[in-house]
Amino acid sequence: MALSNKTKAALLGPLNKNNPVIVQVLGICSALAVTSKLEPSLVMAVAVTVVLALANVIISMLRKTIPNRIRIIVQLVVIAALVTIVSEVLKAYAYDVNKQLSVFVGLIVTNCILMGRLEAFALGNGPWPSFLDGIGNGLGYGWILVVVGFFRELLGSGELLGYRVIPQFMYDAGYANNGLMMLAPMALLLVAVIIWVHRARNRELYEETN
Amino acid sequence: MNRENSGYTIIYASIMVVIVALGLAFTHQALNERQTANVNTDKMQQILRSLNIDASAAEAQTKYDELVKNAYLINSDGTKIEGSEGTTPDDPAFSTELDDEDAAGLPVYEAEIDGSMKYILPMDGAGLWGPIWGYLAVEADGSTIFGAEFDHQGETPGLGAEIATPSFKKQFIGKELIKEGTFKSVAVVKPGQTTSDRDYVDGISGGTITSKGVDAMLLNSVGDYMDFLMNLNAAN
Repeated sequence: MALSNKTKAALLGPLNKNNPVIVQVLGICSALAVTSKLEPSLVMAVAVTVVLALANVIISMLRKTIPNRIRIIVQLVVIAALVTIVSEVLKAYAYDVNKQLSVFVGLIVTNCILMGRLEAFALGNGPWPSFLDGIGNGLGYGWILVVVGFFRELLGSGELLGYRVIPQFMYDAGYANNGLMMLAPMALLLVAVIIWVHRARNRELYEETN
Repeated sequence: MNRENSGYTIIYASIMVVIVALGLAFTHQALNERQTANVNTDKMQQILRSLNIDASAAEAQTKYDELVKNAYLINSDGTKIEGSEGTTPDDPAFSTELDDEDAAGLPVYEAEIDGSMKYILPMDGAGLWGPIWGYLAVEADGSTIFGAEFDHQGETPGLGAEIATPSFKKQFIGKELIKEGTFKSVAVVKPGQTTSDRDYVDGISGGTITSKGVDAMLLNSVGDYMDFLMNLNAAN
């Protein structure tokens, strides 16, 4: 299906120049919490993408009927219901992954990206662009998580997805895992480094200095 | 239709809540059986891991049936409660939760490995963010630890969550709960520190509160079985 420029922007913008994490600085809290290992980062990225896309579609379909005064409540109920369903399905079909993520799945409800996209996009656009916007923002959030999780697990535990990748002779030669990588502040620093690199490559993101 | 009308708003909210409630109730009902089966399988896997056997979910049931010979509840003085025997998920030992105030007794599982009897005791306690729990397999002398299994609900990955890793659990093998005729438990200390009066293992660096939780769990939860363990110890 050919995409118009607007829908293309909805899908691809969040991956780069309109990234929810490194440009809009949303969803930082969970980016710190779940990224000490790569696997939870990946599952979290998928879960947020699914919930965000579905919530965007549902709110977009309901947007002409939602009373303005309770629209935030309606959005929250939709998000909370979807998160509960995702959590129940994980419990039934992916019990081990769900155990790893237990608290974090529930915390998707509090992810600012979800409410932000529903307010800013789904309430004013049709279901199809909203769906793409949800997928785009979910992936835009997800790839940051995966990059941060990759470096934190690699440098913090010497493993990736639980498999040892730093060979034993490196440890014998005096290499040590960086325990600091396991702590939340390092995630913040890694996100800052990503923002730094990203802005250095995108001049239009520079603020006016005078 | 006026969307800002109060009546409309109230009706809208009510209908939405009813639909969502029905949807969630239906999802829960539809998935409940599978989830319970998962929980039971997970419990069997944990019991097997305390015996140092890492069984996949598919083979957990068979392994469990093969190794676990008996399970029952005991009174706080260490005696077996008559009529509480049985190893299936519906029997009292398997279905009794430690934090249940009205529980008839404390569950004990008996497993036979290479001809010798192991006693498996469930434990529960508190970590930093939420509950932690585990199973301790004890040799027939009531003192020597054959294997330990720990799990947690939401400890920090890479820090407190490390209590669930094999390298942490392996440290417990061969430690003794009873020293010179009294129950001492096993201490979890900061790496590098030692204790003089009882056996100890290294805690998790950066996971101090979780490590202390494991320490307290070993003292309190296993302490509830003190008379049972002392009886075993005296008999051997």
